[in-house]
Amino acid sequence: MQLPDVINGSQPFAEQLKACSAYPLYAKAVETLQMNITSRCNLNCKHCHVEASPERTEEMCRDDMEACLQAARHPEIKTLDITGGAPEMHSHLAWFLQETAGRGKRVLVRSNAAILLEKNYRRFLDIYTETGVELVVSLPNLHRERTERMRGRNVFGKIIEALGELNSRGYGMPGTGLVLDFVHNPVGAFLPGAQDVLEQEYRNRLRQDYGIAFNRLYCLINFPVGRYLDFLKRSGNLDNYMQQLKDAFNSSAVSNVMCRSTISVGCDGRLSDCDFNQTMGLGVSCNGAAHIRDFNYEELACREIVVRYHCFSCTAGAGSSCQGALEK
Amino acid sequence: MSYQYYETKDLQDFSNIGEFAPEQGKKFFDYYMSSTSSGKLTEREKALIALAVATVRHCPYCIDAYTNKCLSLGLENDEMMEAIHVGAAMVAGDTLAHATQMRKIVKQKEM
Repeated sequence: MQLPDVINGSQPFAEQLKACSAYPLYAKAVETLQMNITSRCNLNCKHCHVEASPERTEEMCRDDMEACLQAARHPEIKTLDITGGAPEMHSHLAWFLQETAGRGKRVLVRSNAAILLEKNYRRFLDIYTETGVELVVSLPNLHRERTERMRGRNVFGKIIEALGELNSRGYGMPGTGLVLDFVHNPVGAFLPGAQDVLEQEYRNRLRQDYGIAFNRLYCLINFPVGRYLDFLKRSGNLDNYMQQLKDAFNSSAVSNVMCRSTISVGCDGRLSDCDFNQTMGLGVSCNGAAHIRDFNYEELACREIVVRYHCFSCTAGAGSSCQGALEK
Repeated sequence: MSYQYYETKDLQDFSNIGEFAPEQGKKFFDYYMSSTSSGKLTEREKALIALAVATVRHCPYCIDAYTNKCLSLGLENDEMMEAIHVGAAMVAGDTLAHATQMRKIVKQKEM
């Protein structure tokens, strides 16, 4: 299920960019290689744009993971951002993290944390600590009931327990260098509040109620893609939500949108401007470098970005990216 | 096509209310922004106050805007409802307080 990209003969996001002299939108570098290594997940979240679940089987092959390592040797690539699904369910994640350790790159893994309590994946608590990767844990809401409405029953308690385990290993604690960040997503058809206000609330409540510490909170706007789009349509909120995104368009967020410095690698090795384009089957505009095995830094670093209706999510309010608000 | 006085899309027009009187409009928005953004009170506390006032004043636009703002700031449903009860209690209280006028007049007039 997708949104119409052309409405009344025009592409609304492209028109919006034209109005602020930012169309076509071009990349300015490739600093982050975001790898979506699997669509498998132990959870089945209602907002998941990847539509990940335990039933999904797609995962990146070892050859493509090696091609990612090869591409990441480029000195301009500073960050490897590993996501899924649940990355832990990929059979080669442990090997991949060992390979990336000590290469001078920032490596982060996006985890739902709940999986770290499962018997087959508990070993990642140690693997993460040993390799020192940054962890970005999705914690949509501070309230059990709201988080579980999005992520499923009994998940909140598991996340909190796993966070306690990570804290006890030094993650999120001062002076350890082990980074533990959280992601907040609105549980419903509205936009997130100010990142600094929510971060303070998370910090206070998690410390008081559970004794949990963390480094930063990233507020992410939900994209009208995948299951979240289904929810918007089913609940009759789509028009109002899209209007909220358009009304909140912030031209100053355009220069920092993450696609301008990121490449997203799909489970099949295909390259996209972002995780959301990838989910929608939208590849990069440069056909000669459309797959990780054909990675060509120079061509990708100045490619034209493929924009569609959902791009309004990245430019709303303070902006949104996988690293949270674009304007702090 | 049916016409309604209150339409959801009217809320989008809020930023244009300075039309026909731009100087006053600008002064209003400056005041509005400084009053509703964080100061000694947090943004969350102010959002709850605004929601209570919006409900008491029966303003559908403000109820829409501040319910969304409260949700965005992570406020719980029972916190929002508590704020609305403060508004409801104040309305009940100030109604009953005005019974004083009635009681005074009755006592003045009755034999």
